[in-house]
Amino acid sequence: MPPKSPTPLSASSLLIWLRRNLFSTWYNSLLTVISLWIIYSGGRGLVQWMFSQAQWTVLKANLRLFFVGRFPIDQIWRVWLILMLVSAVTSLTVGVIQWSRTLPISMGLLTAISLGVVPLVGGQGPELVWVAAIGSVAVLNLLGGPWLKTHLSPRLLSRGLPAVWFLTAFIVLWLLMGGLGISSIRTSVWQGLLLTVVAALVSIALSFPLGVLLALGRRSPLPIIRTLSVLYIEVIRGLPLIGVLFVAGVMLPLILPSQVQLDAVFRAICGLTLFSAAYLAENVRGGLQSIPQGQIEAAKALGLNPMLVLGLVVLPQALRSVIPAIVGQFIGLFKDTSLLSIIGLVELTGVSRSVLSQPRFIGRHGEVYLFIGLLYWLFCYLMSLGSRRLERQLGVK
Amino acid sequence: MPKLRLGPKWRQSRIRNGLIQGLVLLLIGVAVVYFGANLVQNLQRLRLPFGFDFLFSKSGPSIGETLIEYSPTDNIARAFGVALLNTLRVVVLGIVLATVVGIGVGMARLSDNWLVRKLATFYVETLRNFPLLLQLLFWYLAVFLKLPTFENRIQLPGPIILSKNGVAFPWLKGNPATLPWILALAIGSVCAFLLWRYLIRLQIEQGRITFAGLWSLLLLVGIGGGAALFTQRFPFDVSLPYVDQRVVTGGLQLTSEFSALLLGLTLYTAAFIAEIVRAGIRSVSIGQSEAARALGLKPTLVMRFVVFPQALRVIVPPLTSQYLNLAKNSSLAVAVGYPDIYYVASASLEDTGRSVEIVLLLMAIYLTMSLLISILMNLYNRSIQLVER
Repeated sequence: MPPKSPTPLSASSLLIWLRRNLFSTWYNSLLTVISLWIIYSGGRGLVQWMFSQAQWTVLKANLRLFFVGRFPIDQIWRVWLILMLVSAVTSLTVGVIQWSRTLPISMGLLTAISLGVVPLVGGQGPELVWVAAIGSVAVLNLLGGPWLKTHLSPRLLSRGLPAVWFLTAFIVLWLLMGGLGISSIRTSVWQGLLLTVVAALVSIALSFPLGVLLALGRRSPLPIIRTLSVLYIEVIRGLPLIGVLFVAGVMLPLILPSQVQLDAVFRAICGLTLFSAAYLAENVRGGLQSIPQGQIEAAKALGLNPMLVLGLVVLPQALRSVIPAIVGQFIGLFKDTSLLSIIGLVELTGVSRSVLSQPRFIGRHGEVYLFIGLLYWLFCYLMSLGSRRLERQLGVK
Repeated sequence: MPKLRLGPKWRQSRIRNGLIQGLVLLLIGVAVVYFGANLVQNLQRLRLPFGFDFLFSKSGPSIGETLIEYSPTDNIARAFGVALLNTLRVVVLGIVLATVVGIGVGMARLSDNWLVRKLATFYVETLRNFPLLLQLLFWYLAVFLKLPTFENRIQLPGPIILSKNGVAFPWLKGNPATLPWILALAIGSVCAFLLWRYLIRLQIEQGRITFAGLWSLLLLVGIGGGAALFTQRFPFDVSLPYVDQRVVTGGLQLTSEFSALLLGLTLYTAAFIAEIVRAGIRSVSIGQSEAARALGLKPTLVMRFVVFPQALRVIVPPLTSQYLNLAKNSSLAVAVGYPDIYYVASASLEDTGRSVEIVLLLMAIYLTMSLLISILMNLYNRSIQLVER
């Protein structure tokens, strides 16, 4: 006779779940109690600190400093305009590529919430108008994207969208730097979150092609090119980023002719780009190695020349398969921009330093670090969300 | 036989490859000459001759925390030596601690306890998504420097003394009996290991339980205890920290800078190591552990003999790059004022202005350290790889 199976538990499913997941053995029960204690004491400490000890005025008083630093106040419309442009192009792209019923609604909700929050943190008429305009442009584009998709040819769209992005990038740079009709702005007033985002995005845009070239160089059959690529990649990967920034900051002025003056922001971006390219190259190499040799042979047999084999067959597949790794690298780069504060730039972390040195707010480290930490986290989260969407769109298994 | 048409000469692959490489070399050569000429010109303009003699002729920067004797009147070379030791101290301790914490958290993420799993996930996701620099600043400025001043220090049972100046806790201190005892223990471990191997073989051949672990442990304890009896004293003295004339004496004393750096690096790297460990253990197919359980192995033995050795092959290569990251990230010490290599290098640069030499030195030191870690880890990696028959 087979042994009797244990009597089914007659309690509610919650109790069963508790028993199975939290108290299955004596040591699991012990672990549960310890975890509960950790959560309780940590949570209690945090809540106490947030509501009785923390003074959040430090954030409200310095909000502008955190976001744009000492960007000239009469030119602040440029930053708003950039935000509007970027949000317009982004929402258009999202609307065209992937129609979603919920996105316009949630975007509208987000705008409404922002409109409610802006007066609370000291925003007035102009800020409200800008926020409303940015929100409505985004919602309109999200709704209009599908219309464009049905009325324009796919060919035009697939050519047009990158062109629009390219154009936007130039307009943004023009608005940031000035010249050509509007007053020029020194890069030394690029500060706060603005500088963090600009430095990260420019380095990402520059290091990506460089990284792909280095990866191709490392897999090239030509010995000289291969050796040089390997040497570059391995040397950079052996150095800490702060060392690379130090080298870029110290050596660039020395190896350029004395008439050329590179300012600190550009030197930092050079350092970030050189550093990130080496790591990207290794990620891309992984993708290149995943392409079976047969694909290349088949493409050659079809009569494609080496450039076309690379551009039409190898790279699209290789890059698609390493999107998570590449985006992970970009997220790392975004976090690494905090190191610019060590070489004297006033990006988000640097701003926190100057805010904390204000006599009114000495010792408010917890509040400030929590706030800028959340800003960093938000951007990293958005990037990884975008990567997952992109993967699904491209059908990566 | 008709002659094969090869097209114009430059389209032939051998010649074309040669041309491309020649062109690249030429471009790089031109760049090197151009930048080199600028460099020489700029150095002349700044009246900075090239050479490493300044390392021995000038006095170094002041360093707050040293493992060997150092005063600012010593030369820069010695300052670099002090800084190198400081860096190595934090890197070695950081690697050990991060591995321990990382494996713990990685296991916790695979626990069958729901709460433990969620807690570990929260830890990993939080720590990985904030910049390391911010975390170091947080630990240093918002935790360690918020401790009370030395006059109002916190005294925890142990005794552990906490204040702005740092942490002090009880530690073992060597005495004349330590060295013989360690030697005896080393010999004892070898003997115990040999005995264990012999008994295990006996168990496999004869199929009876030989209590291999128990016997070898007994042997080890016996040798250790015998050596301690022979030297007539406990092999270590326990050194307790106490306050003597407004300074802490005895025990292990860590400054706030070092503690913040070590804590930040450890917790940050451990979050990455936890993910590596989790992925490694998940990579071993479930059939393996099911088969092992079906053979009658206990869960701990399944982990020890079946799952972990196979997971290790997946874990070690990415673990190596995490160790390298930790070593490189230790350069963020400068943000919390701990005198590591980068700190001393940039301080020396301010004193002397010898940028090219210091940049070269900095690169050489970090590259050597990275290379050393990779070589050691690759040797280890080779020893655990699958031996195919």
